[in-house]
Order: sequence, then C-alpha cells, then structure tokens
Amino acid sequence: MSKKVGLYIYTGDGIAEALDIDKLVEVATGLGLEIVRTHADLYSPEGAAMVKQDIDNEGVDAVVLAGISPRYEFEILDFPDIIVEKASLRELVTWSHPVNADDENADAQKEHVQELAEDYIRMAVVKVQKSEPVEPFKTEEINQRILIIGGGVTGLTAALEAAEAGHESILVERQAELGGWGAKLRKQVPVGPEYSELINPVVQDLIDRVNAGDKITVKTNTEVARIGNAPGDFRVSLKETGSKSEWDAPFPLTDAEMLDESGKELSAEDQKKKYEEKNEGRKDYMEEDSSAEVCGAVILASGWKPYEPAEDEFKHLAWGNPNVITNCQFEEIAKNGKIVRPSDGKEVKSVAFIQSPGGSKDDADFPYASVATSLVSLKQAKYLREDQPEDGKAYVLYEHMRTSGQYEYFYQGLQNDPGIFLTKGDVTEVKDNGSGGLTVNVDNTLIGGDISLDVDLAVLATGMVPTTKDDPVVNLAYRQGPGFRDLDLFGGYCDSNFICFPYETRRTGIYAAGGVRRGMTIEEAMEDAAGATLKALQCLKAIDEGHSVHPRTWDFDYPDFYFQRCTQCKRCTEECPFGALDDDEKGTPKLNPSRCRRCGTCMGACPERIINFKDYSIDIVGSMIKSIEVPDDDEDKLRLLIFACENDAYPALDMAARKGLSWSPLARIIPVRCLGSVNVAWIKDAMSSGMDGALLLGCKFGDDYQCHFVKGSELSEKRMANVAESLASLGIEAERVKMAQVAIDEYDQIPKIINEFMDEIFELGPNPFKGF
Amino acid sequence: MSGSILVVGGGFSGLTAAVEAAEMGYDVYIVEKESYMGGRVTQLNKYFPKLCPPTCGLEINYKRIKTSPRITFYNLAEVESVSRGPGDFNVQVKVNPRYTTPQCTSCAAGAEAVATEIPNEFNFGLNTRKSFYMPNMMAFPNQCVLDPSAVSSGGDGQQVKDAMPAGHVDLDQKAESVSLNVGAIIIATGWNPYDATKMDNLCFGKYDNIVTNMMIERMASASGPTEGKIVRPSDKEEPKTVGFVQCAGSRDENHLKYCSYICCMATLKQACYLREQSEDVEIYIFYIDIRSPGLKYENFYSKVKEDKKVHFIKGKVAEVKEGSSPGSVVLVAEDTIGGGKVEQEVDLAVLATGMQPTGATTQIPGIEYNSDGFVVPNDGIIPCGCAKRPIDVVSSAQSATAAALKAVQTLVRRAG
Repeated sequence: MSKKVGLYIYTGDGIAEALDIDKLVEVATGLGLEIVRTHADLYSPEGAAMVKQDIDNEGVDAVVLAGISPRYEFEILDFPDIIVEKASLRELVTWSHPVNADDENADAQKEHVQELAEDYIRMAVVKVQKSEPVEPFKTEEINQRILIIGGGVTGLTAALEAAEAGHESILVERQAELGGWGAKLRKQVPVGPEYSELINPVVQDLIDRVNAGDKITVKTNTEVARIGNAPGDFRVSLKETGSKSEWDAPFPLTDAEMLDESGKELSAEDQKKKYEEKNEGRKDYMEEDSSAEVCGAVILASGWKPYEPAEDEFKHLAWGNPNVITNCQFEEIAKNGKIVRPSDGKEVKSVAFIQSPGGSKDDADFPYASVATSLVSLKQAKYLREDQPEDGKAYVLYEHMRTSGQYEYFYQGLQNDPGIFLTKGDVTEVKDNGSGGLTVNVDNTLIGGDISLDVDLAVLATGMVPTTKDDPVVNLAYRQGPGFRDLDLFGGYCDSNFICFPYETRRTGIYAAGGVRRGMTIEEAMEDAAGATLKALQCLKAIDEGHSVHPRTWDFDYPDFYFQRCTQCKRCTEECPFGALDDDEKGTPKLNPSRCRRCGTCMGACPERIINFKDYSIDIVGSMIKSIEVPDDDEDKLRLLIFACENDAYPALDMAARKGLSWSPLARIIPVRCLGSVNVAWIKDAMSSGMDGALLLGCKFGDDYQCHFVKGSELSEKRMANVAESLASLGIEAERVKMAQVAIDEYDQIPKIINEFMDEIFELGPNPFKGF
Repeated sequence: MSGSILVVGGGFSGLTAAVEAAEMGYDVYIVEKESYMGGRVTQLNKYFPKLCPPTCGLEINYKRIKTSPRITFYNLAEVESVSRGPGDFNVQVKVNPRYTTPQCTSCAAGAEAVATEIPNEFNFGLNTRKSFYMPNMMAFPNQCVLDPSAVSSGGDGQQVKDAMPAGHVDLDQKAESVSLNVGAIIIATGWNPYDATKMDNLCFGKYDNIVTNMMIERMASASGPTEGKIVRPSDKEEPKTVGFVQCAGSRDENHLKYCSYICCMATLKQACYLREQSEDVEIYIFYIDIRSPGLKYENFYSKVKEDKKVHFIKGKVAEVKEGSSPGSVVLVAEDTIGGGKVEQEVDLAVLATGMQPTGATTQIPGIEYNSDGFVVPNDGIIPCGCAKRPIDVVSSAQSATAAALKAVQTLVRRAG
C-alpha cells in the first residue's frame, strides 16, 4: 500500500542559515511528495501541531522529520500508527559541516553540504516509503513454568523466587539429595550485615520451603538429556543421572570433523554419515520427544566443582601428602565432627591455610579463587578455634586478603582472636616434618620476615570450577550444538561478557546464576538467583507481547525468509550468534522466533538476500543507497558510503557533531542494527551506483568484544574481505571497502577515520564503474 | 492498592531496576535528583576490566526507556516523604524546575549570551561551565538546563531567555509537587566519593597535585575538562611519576570501616590509562591488599603486573609532604614487609577514595539506614546497587535485576 508521506524540515539551530531550504523543498517535491513544510521550531508544541493537522486533515500516514538526530526522542512527535522517520540535518549535516563564509572555497563547500542534506532527505523518504508496518510475532501457547537446573542454594532460591512471583518450576538435581555444596558446610559466612559471626547453613531452610511449596516439582537423581524447541515452549527430556538416553542431545561435527584426511571438506552425504556415527543411539536434534516436560524458560544453576589439583601440581606445597588437603576436603572433615588429621586421626591443633600457591614468584590466588575462597579460609580458621579454643592455632597465609566490600567486617572480627594468625607471606615450601606434621616455610611475612611453622595440617584455598567448563550441562538440541558457545573466553563460566548486562547469555530464554556464572558467595548467589529468575519471567512476558528480548527489547518484528530461493548454504544457521536457526534434512533453515534477537546477522549473511525484516531489509537499505545522487563527471564530488552501528558508532557521530567536529561532506551515513546485518549486496549496490568507497564502523571485537550481538563486527570484517576480493575481480580496487572499529566514546577519532579513508579514496580516484 | 513501582535514583542500578521491572509489564516511576540520568557511571571514562565505555550500555538502557510506554521519569526530583505501606505507598516527590522546555536541545546561543562561569561539579571543579548548559555529552534527557542561580534576581536568566528561540526557556517554572501511589519502592540512590578533605594526613586541597580517582576518570575522558589528558592541576603538564594511595578513607576505623570494593580495580584501570598516555610514566601503587578477586579481575591484575613501569608497594600511606621539585609531593608509607618507612616523590598523587552510600549524608524520610548509611531492606522497600552495599557495576546489574523481582513479588503478593 502506498503511503502519503509528509516531510517536515526543521529550520532552527542554524539549519536555515546553512542550507538552501527552498532547494530542499524542491528536491522533496521532485520526489513526488505533496506535503512538504518547514518550521523553525519543529519540535515545539506548535511544530507538532502542524504535523498533527496534516495527519488528521491531509491523510498523511508517514512522517519524515528532517532536523534533529533520530536518537533524540520528542514525545509530542510520536503519533499512534504513523511511521515516523528522522533525517539528521542538524547533527550529520550542519553541525558537523560548518562553512566559513570567508573561506575561499566557501561556495564549493556550501554546495557539498547542500547535496549532503538533499541526499539524507532522499534516503529518509525512500526508507519510509519502503518500510512496512511491523506486526508482533504471536505465540499461541506459552508455557509459564521454569526449568531450574541444579538444586543447590542458587537453584533452590530461584525456585522459591519464581514461586513467589506466581510461577511453577521443575527443579532438577543430579544428586540424590537437594542442597549441593551448601549442604556440606559446617557453618557459613553471614548472608547480610553485620557479617560478624558464622551462621548455620541457610540451605536446610531453603530445602524445607521448597518441599513445602506447591509450585515446585523436585526431581532428584535426574539430569537433563536434552532441551529442544524454543523459549516459551522448551521441550525438556529428563533422565536418571549418569544413564544413557536416546534423547541425549547430539553433538554436531566440529570443523575438523567435517574434513577428510587430506583436509578437504567432506560431501554432505559423508558428513551426515559421520554425524550419525558420532551420535549413534541418539535421536536427531530436530526430533520431538512426546514425553518431554514443557517449560517456558530455563535457569542454569548447576554451580561449581572443587578445583582438583593434578597429582604433580603444587609439589612445593607437598600436595600428595595426606595432611595437605583442599578447603573442600577440610570442610568435609569439619562437618563430620572435630577436625582430625587424615594421616593418623589425631585431633588437629594447628593448621596453615594457604591462599596463594606462587611462593615469591607470583601473588595470584589459586585458580578459580574469588572473594569466597578468602572468606572460606577465615571461616575454617574459626572452625579450628571452635574445636580447640584453648590452644588451637590457625595461620592464614595470604598474598592479598580478598574480603571485598562489607565482608571486611568479617575479617575484622577475626583479628581479635589470639589463636588466629593472619599474615601476608610467600609460602615457599610445605614439607613433612618427620613427626607426623608439616613444616611450612613462609617468606616476607608481616610478623617478622621469613618464618617457619610447624602445623598438623595444611589447607589449600583452591577455587570453584564452573560445571560448564567441560560439560554443556544444558544439553540443547540446537543446530549449533548442546552448549553455550565460546565459554573459554570466560574460563568456562557461563558468563555474558557484558558488564552492563550480566544475564544476557547467547541462548535466549536460558539464564545462568550462581557459581556457574562466576565465583561468588552464598549471599551473592541468592541475589543472583533472584536476578536470573526475573530475566526468565521477563523473557516469557516478551514472547507473550511478541517482541524481542534484550538488547532490541522494543522490536516487534522478526526476520522473514523467502524459502523458495533458499539454496541451503547454511550461512544463516551457522552465523546466528544466538543459535536461533535450526534446519531440516535438506538444510533449509527453520527460524525459532522466540530465540531470535533481531540483530539481522542472518540478513547480512544470506547470499540470496532472502532474509528481511519489514522495516529493515535488503531492499530498503539498497533503495536508500540508490537514492543517493552520485555525480558521474565531477572528480571533486566522490561519494563514500558509511554503515554505522546504531548503538555505538552512530551515537559517537552525534557526539562528534555536538562537539563541532567535522568530517568529509562527501560521506553518506546509514545506521545499521549491527554490522553483522550488512549484506555484501549493499556494497555492490554502492559500487554499481558509482559510489567510490564503503566504510563500515562497528564495535571492537576480540576477547573483550563490545558488540552486543557478539559477532557482528567480526563477521563483517570477514565478509568485507571477501567482497573486496570479488570487487577486485571486477576491476574495482579492494581498498575501496574498509572496516574500522570504534567505541561509542571515541567520537574524537571518528572524523579522522572518515577523512583518512576519504583521502585514500581520492588517491584511488573515481570508481571506474562510475557513470555506467 | 497500586500496581506500580517507584525507583529512587536513576543511576546505573536505578535504570537497570526500572527497565527490568517495566519489561515485566509494570508501570515504573524513576525519581532522579540530577538533571540527567546515568548517575555516577556517566562520570567514568571506562569500566574495568574490559576497558569499555559506560555510555555503550547506557545508550541501550536509554533506548529501552524511550521506547517503553511504562516508564515515567522525573529529573531534578527528590522524594520528600514516604507514607502508608507495601502495596499502597504514598510518596511525595518534589520536582525542581529545569527552566527549559523539551524542544530546548541546543544551548549554544543561550550560553554565549552569558559571561559568568561557575565551577563544573560534573568535572569535580576541574573546569567551569556556563549557567545555561547541557549536563554532559550524552545527556539523557537531552535538554538544556538553566541553573537556579541564573533565575534569581541579578542572574543571567533573562539574557539566556532572550538569546534562545521563544518558548525554549521558561523563567516562570516553579517546583512542583507530585504525589505517587506505588506498591513497592526500589532504593537505588547510589554513592558519593568519600570526601577526601576529611583525611588531614593526605593533604587533599593543601597541595594542587593531589587528586582523587574520580577526578582522574574525568580527565581521562575525551569529553572531560582536559579532553582525555591526565595532567597535573598545577601546570597542566603530563605527570612523569604518579602515586596511587589505596584505601584512602576505606578500611579505616576513623573513616569508612568497610572495604569500598572498587578502588583496587579502579586504580589498576587508571594505571592502564596512564600507560596508554605515556611510555615513560612510572606508577607507584601503595596498597594494603590488592583486591582483584575472581578470574576476570585476577587476570586483569596479572596483566597490569607484567608492566615493569607499574610498581606495587605494600604499605598504607600515612603522610604526604611537599616534594623537592616544583609541584611534586612525597608519599610516606610504612613498608609493612621490609619495615621502616618508604618515601616516594611523585609528580601527581591520586587518592583512591572509597564509596560512601548517599544515605550517609542524605536520607529519605521513612526509610531505614544502618550506621554506615546503607539502606536496610523492609517489606516493599528494596535497596539495590551501592545503596545496599559497596559493589562494582556488574554486581549492581545483578542486584538491580534482583530488586526488580522483589518489587514485582510485592505486587503479586498483594494482588493475591
């Protein structure tokens, strides 16, 4: 349906002085627009009233506001059911391209700036004309029950929190009993101020409340075989712990497994054969288990395992000697009664708690240590004093006492105990003292240089290893495999990589909490459980309303596939950062909309250009590119197309403009959801319409990636290298396409990046295809 | 009975709690005392340990607010009273005037019309600003502010009004009182840097070249008073030697008894800023313990340790003296390992001041606080972020998300 577009040009903030407004109106009229108006205070109530009148009386059903950056929201210019598109004349044109009238090139510069404004108007008009109204994706039945994996403190808390918010849950625990590590403690560090005395473990109360509640189904001695389908309607196949099931999630072939001995990729048929061999006895990942439990969202609370030193590790600490044990082993002894020595059962009178294994070479704590391991040493020192109040001696030997925040109070509380010796020091050696105990040598202590201690027992403050380190745990029946991807970036923790958004994993609808996410105390794990529960319930709400979850929460649209032209190349299924796409026998992608985060990486990946959104598509952006006027006979008027990530690079441009920084007026900027959504077809469009270069501005990638869609800028760089190659084969220099990484706060760098690239383009000269 | 939620404080924690609760389908009000959202993190240059800019996540959260029909926010606003109880709180909010209208998004003309410069509190007084201004580079809401001082008699208000388009500046705006009926209240009032002048021995304010860690953040920021350069206040030169004083006010029974959680990591981060700025700068970090717990933080500390220009000295700085070269200062610490005193002369000293909850200085009537000023939770009153305990940004995100759930539960319970 064709729209009646009204264009409203803002002439305030110096725009009227910088631009020939009559000419802009003329350009717009030339595009066939009947309603083109100007206003010096467009964003005021008077300006809004002018637009409103056209909507009410002139039948305007699509509005283009040419003026202030689209990032700034003016409530009075929001109209129900009206598409509003914003062209940035202020930030991207006049503020960033001031022309000094005294300059000898002033006229030429003015012409550049005028053309820039005209192009932005053309681009906005074509965008609004091509956009279609967005319809929410509606799911008929959304299951409101939550699957909680892990019955320790975190999982128990999550189940109780969900119940308190009105939701049922299934709590799955591998062991025969609920409680996890929290049930194996003698005592624990407090879960709130004052942080002075040890308390009884909170876990029993949690277990009692879970058992008493009517909203929680507990399944002990149970594991998840697979989780299939998608948020809102997950199909969960359960099995007895340790057993084999035909519903165990299959593992896809690794990259290496897809090659033959000579390194050549196996044929599809051979790959399939190999896959079936690898997963013998397991049902295909797309097959549905009719007896599966149905759940809407998942909380992963599978916790941690104690770090188990290898046999030859920590030799200098006499690891292997029965009286050198880990903190978990010590806890077990303490839980069973009086602390006794493993070698001979003698009551222990003195213990060295060793916090850091590196001696004088390294002051790092044991692997996978955290605030919790420091606190555990202090807590266990107290156990010894409980058992031996008269003459028990606990030596806590640390490089850095890590009782961060209010846990400092717990540390302070211990300092008055005459039987607890706290000192910084380099533990250089632990050895058998020949009389059943140990000698511990400590250098550089606070209590007088190098010392040597005779103790009954040495305890190593080893860390907590996340259960996801070498086990997928969630066992997803997904095309991309059963586990979370790239957890090695986080040491195996099921972490999100985002400081601001710690719950946003790469598998929609599955939220990790507690020790599986990072090393934390029981207090923190309980809070974390509540946070993850909120996210799980919120995901169900988003599915119900038909919009995406983070980060495009406001987005009701979802990708549409034109399958008739699909060539089963699998790029979209492989590149989706969130594993939203499965595929059928032939390899045709199957979208799971509730897993999708609307980044458009699939749209960017598709060589057939068959994946599109209603308000963001190959055609819309392609048409915007084609709407740019490219002079074909003026060597001073080259054209550079820029795709800018709308969350980071684009705001940076706004800020550069606000700062009065300037860049080449020959550049035309199109904001994109993510560089991952940039399809090479757009680069080709730009080149075939005679533009002289294309620059992609995206987020930093690598181990500390900043892309909110994880892989967007990284993928983009690879794709651009490929497109440059194919352009070169057509006689267009590969150097005309470039990608640069910029963070949102690097607005001072952006003009330089653009201008330097523009200089490179000038060196190359006009696009040889110009004018064809 | 009310089905809505009030969030007091629009900083990182408050924003997170608000958007998370709103996206659960509840109406949310945010009351923020500053003219802009984002709170303390808007003053930070980068987050540790990723060294990524805070504005990146803020941009997403601002977008979530802009597009959410369920969030109403008030800036320059404060809670005056809280009455009744969970499920049905009555909250009186005072909203102070901004003296501008929403279309006022560009202050250049108005700012040019006034000559008076006042200390810029956003930059801890490291530079000045006009009385008509945009609070920061990425201010949300993006609307100019006229300082109340300009509106009082003899102020510049009229000149600003005349220089701006009609209707943009409104000198007649008055403080308004808003009455909110909410079911639950999330307290996310955050923290203030501990007042460095309180530690006489550290001589902040006495010598020019002693700054706080938060001042370093502003200097390191491209939008800050020195456009990204860390310099000595006395001569605006880049320092060749910098000393960091850890636990400046924290873990100290005369000041903050607790550990402020973030200052060790912040110093390691700032050491990175300085090393990126200069190849030769020598950095001396005086500490009691380096608190970089957990895999990510330990890795970050390990990376900084590899840098031979960063020196770690275990010892608490007890005294600061004037140095021998102009402007420099000498940090005097007790060497807790070697014994005796260590003295280190530096061009610039940075006090790693700790965090003090806002509740230590300003309390909301009707809310309970503990002796440190942290909020005590109560039925329907849910503290989060640094109003609850000293924590970093990632833990604040967890805390705020959990608080959103607690608020939702309060409403679910009351709705029966």
